[in-house]
Amino acid sequence: MNAAHENAITILTNYVFPNDLHVHWSMMIALYPYITGIVAGAFIVSSLYHVFGVKSLKPISRFSLLFALAFLTCATLPLLFHLGRPERNFNIMLTPNPSSAMAGFGYIYMLYGVVLLLEVLFIYRPTLVYLRKKSQGLMEMIYRALTFDSTNLSPESLELDRKIISFLAAIGIPMACVLHGYVGFIFGGIKANPTWATPLMPVIFLLSACVSGVAGIILVYILIKTFTNKPADTDCVRTCTNYLAGFFILDFVFEMLEVLSHSYLRTAHYHAVDELLNGPLYNSFWIGQVGILSVIPLILLGWLCLTRVNDTLFKIGASLVSFMLLLQVVFMRWNVVIGGQLISKSARGFTVFHPEWFDKEGILTAIVLMCAPLVVLFVISRIFPFWMEEMDEG
Amino acid sequence: MDREKPELNEERRTFIKKVLKGTIAGSLLLVIPLRADDLETSEQIPEHIPEQIPGIRGSEYDMSRHRFVFIVDITRCIGCGSCCVADKREYNVPDGNYRTWVERYIKDIDENIYVDCPNGGLDGYQKPREDIDRPVRDTFFVPKLCNMCEDPSCVQVCPVGATFRSPDGFVLIDSERCIGCAYCIQACPYSVRFLNPVTHTAEKCSWCYHRVRRGLLPVCVHVCPAKARKFGDLNDKESEVYKILSGPGVITVLKRDMGNSPSLYYKGARREVI
Repeated sequence: MNAAHENAITILTNYVFPNDLHVHWSMMIALYPYITGIVAGAFIVSSLYHVFGVKSLKPISRFSLLFALAFLTCATLPLLFHLGRPERNFNIMLTPNPSSAMAGFGYIYMLYGVVLLLEVLFIYRPTLVYLRKKSQGLMEMIYRALTFDSTNLSPESLELDRKIISFLAAIGIPMACVLHGYVGFIFGGIKANPTWATPLMPVIFLLSACVSGVAGIILVYILIKTFTNKPADTDCVRTCTNYLAGFFILDFVFEMLEVLSHSYLRTAHYHAVDELLNGPLYNSFWIGQVGILSVIPLILLGWLCLTRVNDTLFKIGASLVSFMLLLQVVFMRWNVVIGGQLISKSARGFTVFHPEWFDKEGILTAIVLMCAPLVVLFVISRIFPFWMEEMDEG
Repeated sequence: MDREKPELNEERRTFIKKVLKGTIAGSLLLVIPLRADDLETSEQIPEHIPEQIPGIRGSEYDMSRHRFVFIVDITRCIGCGSCCVADKREYNVPDGNYRTWVERYIKDIDENIYVDCPNGGLDGYQKPREDIDRPVRDTFFVPKLCNMCEDPSCVQVCPVGATFRSPDGFVLIDSERCIGCAYCIQACPYSVRFLNPVTHTAEKCSWCYHRVRRGLLPVCVHVCPAKARKFGDLNDKESEVYKILSGPGVITVLKRDMGNSPSLYYKGARREVI
């Protein structure tokens, strides 16, 4: 396929094919992998405890599941805003085209949603049974429904629960990977676009998903604890930060490997990408994504994970790093999704993208959609208590 | 208790049967509207307009017996824009979107290539480009339209099967089923697709399938004053396209290495044409 971009931008006369002037996949499509990425990443945090037995993550093992659930409920919203005919969205499940990478979305998303919801219900079952006894009226009915009207907490039933939870968590990991690796493949499978067509795309998407998920958990965990005047578990935050460092190193290595290997191969493919990254995307890629939001967090992570930092400072540092890495992933999604579309298939020029504030797919919609999962998380917190210690107090 | 059990099972069975029947009936209802409507009846064929493609009228149309191809002869195109105007009028194409367009290529004395396509070539190229200060060596026009690939990326990626390839060589869109996700627009290596701002569904050149089925040439071919656009059935050994493609002339396709095997051929295209 490299030869297909032959003569690519030999002379940049900035000729853009007439139908390429408009960027069809807007901010909504950049937002969608961002949200599913957080879902996949948060789920993996909880699986580290439930499957791999990382005991220090216990305080957030439940919270991370609910965090994933909250974002999952909002994952399809940007897609519905994007579709030209959103009322036909179910066609994707009614008449799926087996050769389309996108056709699997509905099924993968739905299956994953079921697994996640079941896991939450089983993990919370003893708690929900306890809360049902304590509550009245509407809340009692909600808890009754969520426990399927069962109050059986005998050792045998709890043992069965434990087995089911392990099973769900175990199949949840490959499903979380499929959910997000697959999103990467939607882009990686487009041979017509030289920045997208790489087998590394699913890997990069998956690793950046882990980064955004872990970073989101750390940041929101510390923020909630700070605002509720409760101490955040230091051991847990430190373990999380170590995982964040691990995932981010891998993520950054693959992101750079993609660019470096192309620049070394110097194919026609590279010339198109080179012009893009050093042209219209220079600020958002080299300065934003790589310089400020990758190199600085790497240094900070090295300081946090390799030296003795006192607890207070560690929490401040971890929050800062998490915030920067959440932004890094936003920049990465932007540079891939929007940036990739700036190259015209004429291979002779670039178009420009002008986000609108009040467009259907505009900036305001994007902000509202990013806040929506946090609102859902708040609603969920009224039903499912996030923290084990609150239960103990109760 | 034990006696009641078989009855209970019986009830369950009937219930499951009913659910199954309901599911199947429901699914059928969803699928039935997919049936391709019979395209046309004989009275729709305008007899007063002479047949332009031989072998279509007068007999039942058999898709598998035809293999249509399109040839653009770059050495003949004069850049008048008639094809673009005819196309826009035939399909009421919204401004800023193009089912077909004509590019102007200019090559200067140092082999630099300048390409432009103001308004998709709709106004014709009436004036020379004035922003090139080097002596011009060569200039030519390149009409673009759907490549009707044999292995089309758009058909591969369409999540709902709204875009498909017919056996006679047309890649078409069912706008009743398109969900407007724009995945096909990303996948098309030739950028011939766009999202119609009125219907919010994907749209592209169809090689005037509705005209071809009535024995008429695509409208752009019909209006071209320089015979730069040629269309015909490759299975018809008497057709002009068969003679050109089986002859000694140099014929190329665009972006061959994409592997899509276009049915749109170019005669006389320079290597700079992308």
